[in-house]
Amino acid sequence: MRRRLFSLLAVVLAFGAIASACGSDDSSNEVKAAFIYVGPPGDAGWTWAHDQGRVAAAEATGVETAFVESVPEGTADFANHARDFIDQGFNVIVGTSFGYMDDMLALAEEYPDVVFEHVSGYKNNDTNFGNSFGRMYEPRYLSGMVAGAMTESNLLGYVAAFPIPEVIRGINAFTLGAQATNPDVLVEVVWTSTWFDPAVEGDSAQALLDKGADVIAMHQDSTAAGEKAEAAGARWVSYNSDMSAFAPTAFLTAPVWNWGPRYIDTITQAQEGTYTGGSYWGSMADGIVDLAPIASDVPGDVVAEVADAKQAIIDGELHVFAGPITAQDGSVMVAAGETMDDGSMLGMGAFVEGVIGSTG
Amino acid sequence: MIGLLSATVSFGALLYLAALGELITEKSGILNLGVEGMMAIGAVTGFMVALETNNPWIAFLAAIVATAVFALLHGLFTVVLGAEQVVSGLSLTILGVGLAAFLGKGAVGRPPGAVLAPVDWGPLSDIPWVGTIFFSQSPVVYFAVLAGIAVSLLLTHTSVGLALRGAGESASTVDAAGYSVTAIRLAAVAFGGAMAGASGAYLTLSLTPQWAEGLTAGRGWIAVALVIFGAWRPGRAAVGAILFGGLLALKTRLQTFGVDLSPILLSMLPYLLTIAVLIVISIRARNRPSAAPAALGQAYRREER
Repeated sequence: MRRRLFSLLAVVLAFGAIASACGSDDSSNEVKAAFIYVGPPGDAGWTWAHDQGRVAAAEATGVETAFVESVPEGTADFANHARDFIDQGFNVIVGTSFGYMDDMLALAEEYPDVVFEHVSGYKNNDTNFGNSFGRMYEPRYLSGMVAGAMTESNLLGYVAAFPIPEVIRGINAFTLGAQATNPDVLVEVVWTSTWFDPAVEGDSAQALLDKGADVIAMHQDSTAAGEKAEAAGARWVSYNSDMSAFAPTAFLTAPVWNWGPRYIDTITQAQEGTYTGGSYWGSMADGIVDLAPIASDVPGDVVAEVADAKQAIIDGELHVFAGPITAQDGSVMVAAGETMDDGSMLGMGAFVEGVIGSTG
Repeated sequence: MIGLLSATVSFGALLYLAALGELITEKSGILNLGVEGMMAIGAVTGFMVALETNNPWIAFLAAIVATAVFALLHGLFTVVLGAEQVVSGLSLTILGVGLAAFLGKGAVGRPPGAVLAPVDWGPLSDIPWVGTIFFSQSPVVYFAVLAGIAVSLLLTHTSVGLALRGAGESASTVDAAGYSVTAIRLAAVAFGGAMAGASGAYLTLSLTPQWAEGLTAGRGWIAVALVIFGAWRPGRAAVGAILFGGLLALKTRLQTFGVDLSPILLSMLPYLLTIAVLIVISIRARNRPSAAPAALGQAYRREER
């Protein structure tokens, strides 16, 4: 009996020692930033763009960073990983997928001294939980200008993910951009109901090519649409990152993410103790979104026109959703002389004139 | 329309390959629910070997061999050790999908090392409609057609096929006839793996030449459903494969025809159709024997004969 008691005591002591060794006895104010990704960084795409941002922020600020990849949404995994990081002394947690939102909100209340930066959500507080996203519609508009100038069939195909405001906004911006360089252009939309299913996305691109579209744009994270465009001798506007390596001939350009500036700001604010959460919707002027280099065979006057429009957007002289804009059903979406406010843009549910397809 | 039919054949072949393998496995009396995992292993092996060798045929063969070996894990548990087949099969799916994601980490987002380019049949490929739909496909499609004919002949015209069917209907009878039930079933499981591997490699070497986690996207499950839909017959499974392949192709194409139907609904259709067929089969089975192999799912232990 006594021996058993001793061994029990030994076990308790051992666990206690392990627990205290694991505990956060990091009393310094050193900032360490942990990134939780929904997918693998790979060589291109959404998570790759975030990881580039992490690397840029680590280089610029000198702080220690770490990441964990392929953490699914809607499970306990996110919170577990976040707690592990916090235990190891990480005090900035970045989550890069919409579905992490409620977990992050709860954790932010539980750990008021840790900064939680959430990408693509809409919830935040005014102390340690902020949400950030980019005005991707700005470079989308520019990519539409390139596509509109390059099409010969005047039909652009758009392989779309889910009929949510973010995607609809992108389609509208692309269409308005295309109309800026080619008044006769139409944009046909196919919904895939996927964020990543190359077989479906490739086949959707093929369906649009079969209908006569000669430029394909897309909103998912795969390169399948580009490979179909390449095989068909058509052109391709990729998304998230420069995917020119996958379809070198078809690739025209891409609206891309550049998370470095935002992550540098977040970490710097955490270091200075000035991080206050809130909502951040960064623009091309901030550098969070941009247009990838345009293919070398695009005529110089088109490139110059796009460059001018880019500068005008950055300077605030050109707004993508400035009236007059007619909706698909012929009604007035934005009246002449007016500009759509952020609330309406974030809730966008209807197509502009020139889009073929329904918003589901 | 022509694009829809061409995509139907492509997707149909993808499903048919995996379903043929599962059909043979089930005919021998072993249920393998690991098709999704095996497809993932085949897909990642094909892609990775193509990256290394730049030879699509070596990659295709490697995927077939690797997946057959992987499937033998299921054979070890269910045939040799007599473990519960549903549990082992589900484990194989989970293991396969996870292992493929792990092995393929370095290949995510990389351009393919080699692809199985569509076969050029010369003048045949130039025939309007027919040329595009049937004679401009990946070599894997023709492989699937040949495999279907071979499996059909094997099952009905050879003694091996008879022994295989026997193992799934009444293992002790086959045993008494001097065949090794274990050997037959292991071979059937390995064949099932090989075909699922071919199907997976078709994805990454031809249909969507790239690798990423979750690439198989549930198509292995459609293949399992297809075996039931085809009532364990290669010919009927081929009809089902064209039908289900058509549904996959239609999923997003319907929109380009101006039909406003949610693609999510269409994704459900293969399963709904399979349920419908199951109902028909079970109603008909009330007055005649079921189409399913009688010993399907039952371990065979000699001493319990």
